[in-house]
Amino acid sequence: MKKIVEPCGFHCIKIQHLGVRFTDQTVLENINLHIHCGSLNAVIGKNGAGKSTLIRAILDDIPHTGKIEFKDTKDGRMQKLKIGYVPQSVNIEKNTPVSVYDLIASYQFRYPVFLPKKKKIREQIKGSLRLFEAEDLIDKKVCNLSGGQLQRVLLSMAVMDEPNLLLLDEPVSGIDQNGMELFFQTMDYLKKHYDLAIILISHDLDYVARYADHVVLLDKTVLRQGTVKEVYQSPEFETVFASKTEEKWIREEKADD
Amino acid sequence: MIDWTSWMDYGFMRTAFLAVLIITPLFGLLGTMIVNKKMAYFSDALGHSALTGIAVGIVFGAAEPSTAMVVFAVVFAVLLNRIGETNTASTDTVISVFSSCSVAIGLAILSKGGNFNRYAGLLVGDILSITNREIAYLAAVFLVTVVFWLLGFNALNASCIHRTLARSKRIPVRLMDYLFAVLVALIVMLSIKWVGILIINALLILPAASSRNLADNMREYHLFSVIFSVFSGIVGLLVSYYTNTATGPMIVIIASVIYFSTFFYQMRSGE
Repeated sequence: MKKIVEPCGFHCIKIQHLGVRFTDQTVLENINLHIHCGSLNAVIGKNGAGKSTLIRAILDDIPHTGKIEFKDTKDGRMQKLKIGYVPQSVNIEKNTPVSVYDLIASYQFRYPVFLPKKKKIREQIKGSLRLFEAEDLIDKKVCNLSGGQLQRVLLSMAVMDEPNLLLLDEPVSGIDQNGMELFFQTMDYLKKHYDLAIILISHDLDYVARYADHVVLLDKTVLRQGTVKEVYQSPEFETVFASKTEEKWIREEKADD
Repeated sequence: MIDWTSWMDYGFMRTAFLAVLIITPLFGLLGTMIVNKKMAYFSDALGHSALTGIAVGIVFGAAEPSTAMVVFAVVFAVLLNRIGETNTASTDTVISVFSSCSVAIGLAILSKGGNFNRYAGLLVGDILSITNREIAYLAAVFLVTVVFWLLGFNALNASCIHRTLARSKRIPVRLMDYLFAVLVALIVMLSIKWVGILIINALLILPAASSRNLADNMREYHLFSVIFSVFSGIVGLLVSYYTNTATGPMIVIIASVIYFSTFFYQMRSGE
């Protein structure tokens, strides 16, 4: 992936009036987002708020209304949006003979993975793994990777196509504090040095507060969006996370006993 | 003293040997994906649907039962796949319902007039009955499968690992699912006469399952699976010839022995 000095800030992804309906219920409605390159956008909300559905709608994986535009604001030119997606986990259970090479080559290349490896493909995969300090993992079985390692592998794959938008679905589950810090630092590095925007679904409000440029509070629709401060101090934030802060308070009190 | 080359004197044995050489690598290949996609139950249902396929062929008076079987199998596979997509009920329940229903219909039709015995051979199969023309069919399917595997395996593997991720890379996930299901259906139907309804699924699953116990990546997975499959096929055929037993079951017994050996090997090396 091409490294740049800094993102231009002129590319803008506009999500307009996006809505998703499953047979008898509205999951998302009237979502409007402006995402700029070089920014880390965190989507927060309770379980069942439609965060994962939003990701799937942006990926065009499920039917939805509204539109998604990708524009160069300098000259108003429309472009095709390339999305790099990092799922929460993959469907590979214990004992499955899929190596990291197999995983990435299956998605990125046409040359069949069951034939002898091609050096060129291997080098390309290795190069992209190197970005996330994961090149040693190339021959490891995917099922034996830790949460953090798998994350780095999936990230490497997501940036191989030089995406304009990186979509990450709750990527921090199953990662320890150290891994978490590393992950958010990587995000920070990516948005500063590559020409892309990041949409990240996160559960960790503390990390979001420290790293996100733009926060979107979601519950069926966008309840509130803006800077960390704007969202975290809003009454909507209070309502959504009221029970959560209470739980925390109870936990702390118990710990004091 | 057993004469180890005597089987080659018989035309039917040479044809059977050729059939084994064509079918077993296919089973080894397809099995890798069936096991990874956890479709064992699906392919089992397909095998059972063969009974209805034959029955349908007889009802419609098709000259060769296998034509009706193939058409039926494809329809059945598409239908099963469609049901698997809509997550209304638990998939294994639905597949089970379809499978039992199709077995029942098949048995009912075939037993009409009390001459079910004519078809009893289908249960265990008879590889010695294979004709040269049928070998030609198998060879054609072999070619189709190899081409499909070369062009489509990466896409299949990708959609098996994560559907949404695959779709984000513009991989036609649904199309691949259907093509794969139809291909499995075709091969099951074309080989059911020689392998037998009761055993066919074992042959699809065992080599790949054994290979999984040893393999670390897709290349080893395919290689071991094909080797185990061909090995069980050839050894099973010869053992059945010298012991005068049915070939299909003998192949499955060999494949099972391989499975258990790899299973224990893995357990020991895992310690």
